[in-house]
Amino acid sequence: MKLELRKIKVTDLALGNEMKFENGLLTIDPQVIIDGLKDDVNVKDVRVDIAKPGDKTRIIPVKDVIEPRVKVEGTGNGFPGVTTKMEQLGSGLVNVLSGAAIVTIGDIVGFQEGVIDMWGEGAKWTPFSTTYNIVVDISVADGLQPHDHETTVRIAGLRAAEIVGEVARDLTSDEVEVYEMGNIFEETNKYPDLPKVLYVEMLISQGLLHDGYIYGVNSQKILPTLIHPNEELDGAVISGNCVAACDKITTYQHQNNSSIIDLYNRHGKDINFMGVILTPELTTLEGKFRTCDYTAKLCKTLGADGVIISEEGYGNPDSDLLMICKRLEDSGIKTVLITDECSGWDGMSQPLADTTKEAVAVVSAGNVSHVVNLPPADKVLGNPEAIATLAGGWEGCLNDDGSMKCELNAVIGSTSEIGYHNLTVKLY
Amino acid sequence: MTYKVLYYVNQFFGQIGGEEKADIAPILKNEKIGPAMGFEQLLGGEAEVVATLICGDNYFNEHEEEALKFIIDAVSEVNPDIVVAGPAFNAGRYGMACAGVATHVFDELGIPVVTGMYKENPAVDHCKAKAIVVEVSDSAAGMRNALPVMAKITKKILKKEELGMPKEEGYFPQGKRLTVFSNERGSERAVKMLVARLKGEDFETELPMPVFDKVEPAAAIKDIKKAKIALITSGGIVPSGNPDRIQSASAQKWGKYNIKDIESLKGGYYTIHGGYDPVYANEFPDRVAPLDILKKYEKEGEIGEIFEYFYTTTGTGTSVGNSITFGVEIGKELMDAGVDGAILTST
Repeated sequence: MKLELRKIKVTDLALGNEMKFENGLLTIDPQVIIDGLKDDVNVKDVRVDIAKPGDKTRIIPVKDVIEPRVKVEGTGNGFPGVTTKMEQLGSGLVNVLSGAAIVTIGDIVGFQEGVIDMWGEGAKWTPFSTTYNIVVDISVADGLQPHDHETTVRIAGLRAAEIVGEVARDLTSDEVEVYEMGNIFEETNKYPDLPKVLYVEMLISQGLLHDGYIYGVNSQKILPTLIHPNEELDGAVISGNCVAACDKITTYQHQNNSSIIDLYNRHGKDINFMGVILTPELTTLEGKFRTCDYTAKLCKTLGADGVIISEEGYGNPDSDLLMICKRLEDSGIKTVLITDECSGWDGMSQPLADTTKEAVAVVSAGNVSHVVNLPPADKVLGNPEAIATLAGGWEGCLNDDGSMKCELNAVIGSTSEIGYHNLTVKLY
Repeated sequence: MTYKVLYYVNQFFGQIGGEEKADIAPILKNEKIGPAMGFEQLLGGEAEVVATLICGDNYFNEHEEEALKFIIDAVSEVNPDIVVAGPAFNAGRYGMACAGVATHVFDELGIPVVTGMYKENPAVDHCKAKAIVVEVSDSAAGMRNALPVMAKITKKILKKEELGMPKEEGYFPQGKRLTVFSNERGSERAVKMLVARLKGEDFETELPMPVFDKVEPAAAIKDIKKAKIALITSGGIVPSGNPDRIQSASAQKWGKYNIKDIESLKGGYYTIHGGYDPVYANEFPDRVAPLDILKKYEKEGEIGEIFEYFYTTTGTGTSVGNSITFGVEIGKELMDAGVDGAILTST
C-alpha cells in the first residue's frame, strides 16, 4: 500500500464570498458550508466562524476536530462507510489543507466536550491552538433524540471537512509525505533482523458519545481487528466520542495518528512496523476478557516482538490496557503503554484505576486533573457557560471577567494517549 | 525585610546533653544554637534564625501530645516564615520528632518545614509528603554537606521560587505527580522506549505502577430481614438541577438526599456523570441506583428498612485521594446512623 499525503500549507485563514486558497491564505465562504450541511434535514442551523493561532479566542464546547482533505488519485474520497460510499482506503494521493482544521461545536447531551484557547496560557495545553480553525456550530432539528443528535453533529463535521477539502482539489505542493509498506512477508524479508512491532490502538466503545467508528462500523460491535496503518491515516477511523476532552482521539488525530507516524519513521531502521490492531474498550467484564485475549492472540499470531498500546479515556479502560499488557508480557512480547493519570488536583493520588507489575514501560501523557487558569478571551465561539458542566469544569469555575479555572480534563487533546501532545508527569 | 526562621533540634544538637538528657521537655530559646548558627550563615543575610526549639528525643516520643502542644504554641508565638528541623541523619527517635514537628506545623499552622534525614530513616515516610526532607548521610559527620542543601532549599521556599526536581535539588520526592512539558511528544517517547527495550538498552518508565490498598470486607449481615440498608452510588445521580453542584467528572464533593418519601428516583433525579451514556439513566435513574427495588424489598419484608438518605457522587476521573475522603465521611455518617449494610453502585 502506498499513500501520499500532499501537504498544502495553510498559513492564514479568512471568511469571504468564495472558497479559495491563495499563497497560504484559505478563504471560507460560510454559505457554502451552511448550504452543504443543511442538506441533512436534521440540521436546523449552522454558524461558521474562524479562529487563528494567537487570536484571543476561546472555542467551547468542542465536539470533534477534523482535517480538511480531498483525495485526488485512488479510491475512497471522504469518509467511506460514513459520508461516502464504501471503498478501500490506504492508497492514492490526498491533497491535505495542512494546518487547517474543522472544529465542531454545539451542545449535545453529554458533559464531555472541551475547550480550545487560541492564545496565551491556554494555547500551550492543546495541540489545536496551532491550527487555523474553521469553527462550525451545529444546531439540530427540534425534538431529535440524543443518539440521532450525536450522529447528525458527527456527520455534519465530517461533511464540513469534505466541503472545505474540495478547495484543495486542484492545488499542488512540493511537500509530499509518502507512507508505503509491502505486505508483512515482503517487509520481513526486507528487514529480517529487525524486531517486528505492532501498534494496538484502543478505542472507547461504550455507547452514546463514547464510540469510535471504523469505515462507519461502531467499534463496539467488532472483535479486535488488524488494519493497515495507511487506512487510518486515510480516514478509516473517526471519532464519535465525547469522553473527557483531554484524551479522546479526535478524527483529526486519527488522520494524523502520531503513534503510527512515529512508528513509520523508524520502520526499516530500528523496527519492522507490521500494522495496527484496533481494539474496542468494552464495559462488561466478559467483553474485556474477550477483546484482551483476542488482541494478545493477534499479536502472537503475527509474531510480534514488541507492541505499543495506546489507551483512550481513563478509569475502566485502564484495566483493558493493563490486561493486554500482562498477556503480551507473559508471552514474551515487550510492551510500551501510553496512558494518562488521574492523580487529583494535588497530584498525590494513585494515577491509575488498575495495576499490574508487568507494566514496566509506560509513557504518561499528563494528569487529567491538573488545574489550569485560563485568562478571559476577547471572543468566545460557542457558549462559555458550558464549562460548568464539562468534565474538568464545575459550577462556578467561570469568573465574571471571563477567566476560568478548569482541569486539563476539559482541554481538547491535552493529555492525548496516542501521544499527540507533549505533556508528561514527573514525580516531585 | 529578612525572613524569620525557627530552628528545631534535639537535646544533643541543642547542646544540653547526650542520652542522659533525652527526657527533657521542650524549651524555646530566642537564640541560635548548634546547627542553627551555621545554618544562618548559609542564608547569606536573606533570613534570620530568630529562635531555637529544643526537645529531648525520649520526651518527644513518649509524651508526643504534650511536646507538640508546647511546640505548636511556641511556633505560633514566634510566627516564623519557615521551620527548619534537624537534620536527624539516621537517628530513629530524633527523626520521628522532626517528622512529628514537620507534619503538625505544616497541617496546623500551614508553615513550610525543611528537614534532613538519611534515606533509611523510617521517619522519612512519615513526613516527606508534608515537609521537604533533604537526603543527608547517615551520621552527624555529614552535617557540613547537609546544611548548604537545606539552606538553599529554605531560601527558595522563602522567596516562593519553584523547587526543581527532587534529584536535582537533593530532597526526597513528596509523591506529587506534576504535569510538565516534555521536549518530545508522547508517541515519540513511546517509540524510543520500545526501541530501547527491544535492543536491551536501559529505559525509564514515566509511570511506575501504583500499589493498591486492600480493604477487608465487613462481616456478613446476620439477619437481612432486620437490616438497615443504605443506597450509595458513584453514578452521578442527583436531584434535578444538581442543587449541590457536584462535578460531572473529578468530583470534589458528595451529596446526600432524603429519599424517605419517594418510591423511585424517576422524575426527580437525573445523572450529571460525564463518563457514560446518560440517556438510559435519565429515563430511569433507578437503573443506576436501584431505589425502586429496595423499596419493594422493604415493603415485602426482605430487608428491614432503607436508610432515609441516599448518597451520591461522580466516579469518573475522581482521584483516589478524594474517594478515600468521601468514603470515610460517608462511612462515619452510616455508622452513626446504625446502618447495617450498603448497596454501592458504580457505572
